[in-house]
Amino acid sequence: MITIREYKKAATLEEAWELNQKRMNRVIGGMLWVKMTKGNVGTVIDLSGLGLDKIEETETEFRIGCMATLRQLEEHPGLAAYSGGAVKEAMRHIVGVQFRNLATVGGSVYGRFGFSDVISVLMVMDAYVEMYKGGIIPLAEFVNMPYDRDILVRIIIKKNKASFSYQTVRISKTDFPVLTCAAAVTDKDVRIAVGARPGKAMLLIDRQQLAGLPVTAAGAQAFAEYAAQVIPTGNTNRGSAQYRTHLIKVLAQRTVLEAGGKAGC
Amino acid sequence: MLINIVLNGKKITREIEPDLLLIDFVRKEGCFSVKRGCETSNCGLCTVFLNDKPVLSCSLLAARADGQQVTTLEGLQEEAAEFGAFIADQGAEQCGFCNPGFIMNALALFRENPEPGEEEIKEYLAGNLCRCSGYEGQLRGILNFLAWKKDKKRGVSL
Repeated sequence: MITIREYKKAATLEEAWELNQKRMNRVIGGMLWVKMTKGNVGTVIDLSGLGLDKIEETETEFRIGCMATLRQLEEHPGLAAYSGGAVKEAMRHIVGVQFRNLATVGGSVYGRFGFSDVISVLMVMDAYVEMYKGGIIPLAEFVNMPYDRDILVRIIIKKNKASFSYQTVRISKTDFPVLTCAAAVTDKDVRIAVGARPGKAMLLIDRQQLAGLPVTAAGAQAFAEYAAQVIPTGNTNRGSAQYRTHLIKVLAQRTVLEAGGKAGC
Repeated sequence: MLINIVLNGKKITREIEPDLLLIDFVRKEGCFSVKRGCETSNCGLCTVFLNDKPVLSCSLLAARADGQQVTTLEGLQEEAAEFGAFIADQGAEQCGFCNPGFIMNALALFRENPEPGEEEIKEYLAGNLCRCSGYEGQLRGILNFLAWKKDKKRGVSL
């Protein structure tokens, strides 16, 4: 059970950042995870009054405010078209509609949770996080950075010539995933991100061009087997390391083939 | 802290603690259809509408609803009565404990998508857990309700 002494709806990002410098204070996104933690919070800092709940699309990028909900990502026609449905597929299995109407992209990405479907799918895209003080950082780098007291303002996805695919294995619908796998096929390379290993999602770029460009069935299999060798997995009550490694082979092959098919290569 | 909420169409102002959850707020106001189930944001039992969108009131601070519209099943009597009665007639529920959350979310689905298919129903209601029906009765009930509504609209009498 969490107790909160004060609630503050920040009027500016600077105010939010200043409040967040105190160790007892905490920024809340959808509050779904924070609610399940224990302890005392001095002031919860609410960013919902800063207009950061929009998804803006330009010719070259998507700019997703940190308070945009997972349901907004799931329903956004531009993101659906650009990702070939991969973003929707990554969101739609997360608990239920009511949960996704609260959960925010900022909370999901800042938390850097191992089970995150959100991070897994964004990681294969040309995605960046914009931190209030820390500037713009590639998502793949941000995921491995230590937690600090900066504020995640938005996610930026650069539009490139690419095709995407996303698949997971879950024991039951709406549960945490046993393994997540996203793939991207661009005009330069093939890449996958594997999450719920159970560690944080890991990006693997096919530098040896095992999958081939254009992707072939044998190439996708070879890359998937390589991925299973080099991506570490672990045991949890949802699955053993051995099972997860086996799933990497299956999901990596399927997602690479699917993304390759969408790319027409 | 002081908050202003439009609860079921009625403006109210209340002094609250900063960590009061919306579920406890609405129950204090007499909205007992909103129930606490799993405590892990999974079961959908505590579903309310926040500005007409279904959300989990067990996971939302009441402070965050300040200046917004909150609707519980008590505020949807007319809309809910037709569907609730139909579901009961169909024998689609068993113990009924999950029913308020299930009805709220089903109504949210009908507002977004008046003619959903079977897979769309299953997907939209995936966040509403029922431990006794196995969902088959509810799914059948919803499909029959939608067919009945369609016939009613076309003027077909049953």
